[in-house]
Amino acid sequence: MSAITFIHPDGRSDHIETSDGESAMQAATRHGIDGILAECGGNAMCATCHVYVDEAWLARLPAVADDEDALLDGTATERLPNSRLSCQIQLTPALDGLVLRLPERQV
Amino acid sequence: MSASSSPEINGSSAVPRLDVDPFAMNFFADPYPTHELLREAGPVVYLDKWNVYGVARYAEVHAVLNDPATFCSSRGVGLSDFKKETPWRPPSLILEADPPAHTRTRSVLSKVLSPTVMKQVRDRFAAAAEERVDALLEKRSFDAITDLAEAYPLSIFPDALGLKPEGREHLIPYASLVFNAFGPPNQLRQDAIARSAPHQAYVTEQCQRDNLAPGGFGACIHARVDDGEITAAEAPLLVRSLLSAGLDTTVNGIGAAVYCLARFPDQWQRLRDDLTLARNAFEEAVRFESPVQTFFRTTTREVELSGARIGEGEKVLMFLAAANRDPRRWDKPDSYDITRRSSGHVGFGSGIHMCVGQLVARLEGEVMLTALAKRIAGIEITGEPKRRFNNTLRGLDSLPVTITPA
Repeated sequence: MSAITFIHPDGRSDHIETSDGESAMQAATRHGIDGILAECGGNAMCATCHVYVDEAWLARLPAVADDEDALLDGTATERLPNSRLSCQIQLTPALDGLVLRLPERQV
Repeated sequence: MSASSSPEINGSSAVPRLDVDPFAMNFFADPYPTHELLREAGPVVYLDKWNVYGVARYAEVHAVLNDPATFCSSRGVGLSDFKKETPWRPPSLILEADPPAHTRTRSVLSKVLSPTVMKQVRDRFAAAAEERVDALLEKRSFDAITDLAEAYPLSIFPDALGLKPEGREHLIPYASLVFNAFGPPNQLRQDAIARSAPHQAYVTEQCQRDNLAPGGFGACIHARVDDGEITAAEAPLLVRSLLSAGLDTTVNGIGAAVYCLARFPDQWQRLRDDLTLARNAFEEAVRFESPVQTFFRTTTREVELSGARIGEGEKVLMFLAAANRDPRRWDKPDSYDITRRSSGHVGFGSGIHMCVGQLVARLEGEVMLTALAKRIAGIEITGEPKRRFNNTLRGLDSLPVTITPA
């Protein structure tokens, strides 16, 4: 089990416990974090679970796959070099402490 | 209706056998008591009427949708098993396909209907929704199915595809045929196929490259032939998928949302107070009404699902609508709540076959509900709603309403 932090655009943060094997998006929706919509339910089809990964953690995440890359081009707020879809971030003990920033909007 | 259990076989738990017909008119008129019976009978049931397995609980529906190697689509997603029967039309290259073939065609349609493309069409779709509301405000009393749920998608989607103006009257009958054909060989299916020839001829012709306007979704699909992603023979069949699944579904989705908001004035008021809820109000209507009620899969091997042993080559019927109201998954499942976290519902399916046009549907729903809530104070149902019967789709044929301007 690990814990991750979501930082909202207004600076407020949510620190949540996660279960191994779930994605950052699943952890967020399970804890009712607003700011993660996840309209497609984690099927990498909608780009509404967009997050900006804290720079310190970026290199520790697996590379962006082609379908995620294409979806990131269509996010509601600007795509930045640290943009990821949280449904594609599988949580592992190595990601304990991960910090993700939420965008202003998802649609 | 009754349920009985078969004897235990090889240590697997017994699968309850039910004699319900989920493709009968009396079922369509009120499916909810039967949905509950199916859910409560067990995680997997057997339907003697059509000799198929059924799953109606959220967990099992989700599991079947997310294991396409075991529960395949290439043998048809209706009752007909393509391994044993000739399909009524050439199979879809995406809906009725498995990986790896599916992966390639799916990727083409995903790109054509991507979030980036939705940003490009959003203003146009929103302007058309405003125009529709202008027309409705002049009428005051109208049929919310014909004049709203059908009229709005018809005013944008065929143009977005790049279809010719002529022959568009075939679109809804063709889609209705496709969705009836997933059902068993009952009257609905037989009548639909008997009347199908002119609609099929139109669709086949309209899917050809020369008949699709430049810049539209259809032309974008054909352009992938030039990149070598698909062949010239495959492109028209992929365009056909958008014609089959892109219109009647959103008609029923928007119809469902308007029907919900008219029935539940407290939810309508919440939407009027906060227009940012429009997108979720549509999403929740898709969960609550499930315009696409069912799909089948076929087992590729013997499999154990939640303790039930299912042999190879068996049809499994997924009750998407019942899963979307499974109390094991949803709090107050029979309430329409526009602030619900509806993520995870299976109204658009789940997994690799999850609706490829879901972003189009959400965009249409969001901009239409926003336009309505901005300018209309109330929607009153003024006559008995009439149901439209289809083996797969749930929706209304007519919904007489009167609106009050804001």
